[in-house]
Amino acid sequence: MSIAFYLLAALTLGGALAAVLLKNTVHCALALTVAFAGLALLFLQLDAQFAGFAQIMIYVGAVAILVVFAILLTRGSETPTDGVLSRRWFAGLLIAVAVFSVIGWAVLQSTRALPHQLAAPSVTVQDIGVALMGRYVLPLEILALLLTAATIGAVIVAMYEKEGPK
Amino acid sequence: MTPLAGYLLVAALLFAIGLAGALTRRNAILVLIGIELMLNAANLNFIAFWRYSPHPEALTGMMFAIFSIAVAAAEAAVGLGLVISIHRHAHTTDLDAINRMKG
Repeated sequence: MSIAFYLLAALTLGGALAAVLLKNTVHCALALTVAFAGLALLFLQLDAQFAGFAQIMIYVGAVAILVVFAILLTRGSETPTDGVLSRRWFAGLLIAVAVFSVIGWAVLQSTRALPHQLAAPSVTVQDIGVALMGRYVLPLEILALLLTAATIGAVIVAMYEKEGPK
Repeated sequence: MTPLAGYLLVAALLFAIGLAGALTRRNAILVLIGIELMLNAANLNFIAFWRYSPHPEALTGMMFAIFSIAVAAAEAAVGLGLVISIHRHAHTTDLDAINRMKG
């Protein structure tokens, strides 16, 4: 375990915690960007260059901007006076802690069985392109269709105005 | 502790943080942020398992992560569009106040 891993893990988890805990919604979106950038750096640390840069472009570049737009369009930047947590927040927190304890217990129990290969895989972007155009071409086309449908659907859902008086 | 176990623990913590955010916050956009964090934790697991797998040149985990990133982008677009639509209709994004699906 290198120092870089601990630093990046602390950055990512700190950003995620801030994104979930902060009161002002705009601050949450900015902390989310930090968490996404930390994740991209973790991907780079794992020798997954393509996934890391895709993460930066899609999450830091697009999703975070989308979240900020949604916050500003819904006036969510105003901090509510009666708290930001839902009525049954304690049950939710309990469920999250339980899920983490189960996953963490499973990981720690299986530490010895996990593979321990250290040689970095030599995978280039060209290999990924060849795989996308060869073995994974059908999922790629389906994904293109899904993205088109999602874009059209999002625009239609968001632009629909109800006729008549409210 | 092997490096893979470290990455898996970070991913588990990230998932738990996202789950806690999605379950405890009232603002619908914050719930979507929590869901995004959970999806990213899954992606981190995929990439970590790919990196320490016996055959990384098969690219299976990497491809799964890339497709998952694209699906998550589509999910974010539709989800935030829905939030904007609900806000136009109900004038709030407070999930405790939105308890009807029919206008």
